[in-house]
Amino acid sequence: MNVASRTVPASLSGIASSRGGHPPAEMNAPVKIDVDGLNFYYGSKRALDGIAVQIRANLVTAFIGPSGCGKSTFLRTLNRMNDIIPGTRVEGTVLIDGRSIYDSGVDVVQLRRKVGMVFQKSNPFPKSIYENVAYGLRINGLVKSRAEMADRVEESLRQAAIWEEVKDRLQESALALSGGQQQRLCIARALAIRPEILLMDEPASALDPIATQRIEELIYELKKKYTIVIVTHNMQQAARVSDFTAFFWLGRIVEFDRTDKMFTAPAEKLTEDYVTGRCG
Amino acid sequence: MSTRTLEWIVERMLFLCALLSVLTTAGIIGVLALETFEFLREVPVWDFLTGTEWTPLFSNRQFGVLPLIVGTVLVSSIAMVVALPMGLLAAVYLSEYAPDGVRRVVKPVLEILAGVPTVVYGYFALTFVTPLLQQVLPTLSGFNALSPGLVMGLMIMPLVSSLSEDAMQAVPRGLREGSYALGATRMQTALKVVVPAAFSGITAAFILAVSRAIGETMIVAIAAGQQPRLTGNPFVPIETMTAYIVQVSLGDTPQGTIEYRTIFAVGMLLFLMTFGLNLISTWLRERFREEYV
Repeated sequence: MNVASRTVPASLSGIASSRGGHPPAEMNAPVKIDVDGLNFYYGSKRALDGIAVQIRANLVTAFIGPSGCGKSTFLRTLNRMNDIIPGTRVEGTVLIDGRSIYDSGVDVVQLRRKVGMVFQKSNPFPKSIYENVAYGLRINGLVKSRAEMADRVEESLRQAAIWEEVKDRLQESALALSGGQQQRLCIARALAIRPEILLMDEPASALDPIATQRIEELIYELKKKYTIVIVTHNMQQAARVSDFTAFFWLGRIVEFDRTDKMFTAPAEKLTEDYVTGRCG
Repeated sequence: MSTRTLEWIVERMLFLCALLSVLTTAGIIGVLALETFEFLREVPVWDFLTGTEWTPLFSNRQFGVLPLIVGTVLVSSIAMVVALPMGLLAAVYLSEYAPDGVRRVVKPVLEILAGVPTVVYGYFALTFVTPLLQQVLPTLSGFNALSPGLVMGLMIMPLVSSLSEDAMQAVPRGLREGSYALGATRMQTALKVVVPAAFSGITAAFILAVSRAIGETMIVAIAAGQQPRLTGNPFVPIETMTAYIVQVSLGDTPQGTIEYRTIFAVGMLLFLMTFGLNLISTWLRERFREEYV
């Protein structure tokens, strides 16, 4: 490998270095999710192999890697979303706030209230905008009155930066919104039940650049209150929004470190080849 | 023979096959319309539709079709009370709860149930269900609306569950995941997300089932009796529109008489009812398809 090829593209290094001065205290935030020795199987096929990672509170952790490398699968083990797929199996431990989420006594409903999720393809229910946000509150019995419900719906829509656009048409079908608006509505829906962790599975991959930028700004705002884990195909996005990055390759984590370090001075050659676009 | 000529011949033959079925349908509607027209020249349409007595085969002839309509609606309603909830619940189970293996076995079995000849159901109603019901309800007549209604409901249930399940399967998995991710249980997801999202498809299934019940013939001809009676009482003999047509067709009513023409008038009415319902059902299903492309 020659010296020139080791250079990270200017667009990436510029962003990364602009974030280079994180105060150490932030990076030493308490561990929210602690994963160790995690294996995952679809039938007999092993999709994740010995995953170990610590995700810190109120920071953004990005998972990058090529398609089929297991990053979405791993994200879905964190709220046990894979439970609904028949023939899957998990080994190893996932601790959230120090408690194992795969213990037999764990209530999956409680877990998912704490660990919200936003999907790659926006999936609003075929209901009104208002009802989409109210749904999680209703099924979990989280509000006592209509007024409280209206407040929580507004609060969530404001947090997701979509309130101004929809406040005059809350009763209209959510399916009438644009793709970017639908995705922010889905974020509002996830925030309504006040989770502590927000999992985002390529939340902007189907959106245009402007809508993508809005989602990224939103993520920056949201990390003040939530621990965010985001899967992305887009390395610039990972560099822009995240504090930590994990690089997945064939079901393993090749490298996990501070995002600025991952993009400027990765320890592994494979990581470097991937973030500079030479492989994957 | 060149490939092109062969293609031409094949195409014409296929066209003829298609044409034949269209012509048959047109012919049936034509005959129905013509005989109905002849009938209505003798019996005013208002008397036909609002009269409360139906005695075309007696010497004192009355042509009020209401008793037949009420009989039809009565039996169909009983059938729907059985078929709709059971069919829907079966569909919810098959679509949202059943493991793949169970679904692969249960669905075809249910569909076989729909393939049993209706004459079998008719005798099942008359010789098994009615005597059984009489043990509990001593006043129940040997011919009645209840027993064929219940049996018809059982017969139609697979239709409802199969079509409803198709509609639920067409609901994207993403919607279910969105619901689970918010802490919803399986039941909440099924009833508050999947069923509403499949609503138009399920409604289409329901309407098709109603249409099927209204047109169902053998069960009622065998087990419901032949007494046109304007009543909502399910324990006494009644007669449906279809059973009346069977009764006259089997008898020795001469062609061209008014009695003979009654079956076309009743047939026309039946056709309009089921045709209307099928149109609504098709329209709903088209709409459903558009929602998730």
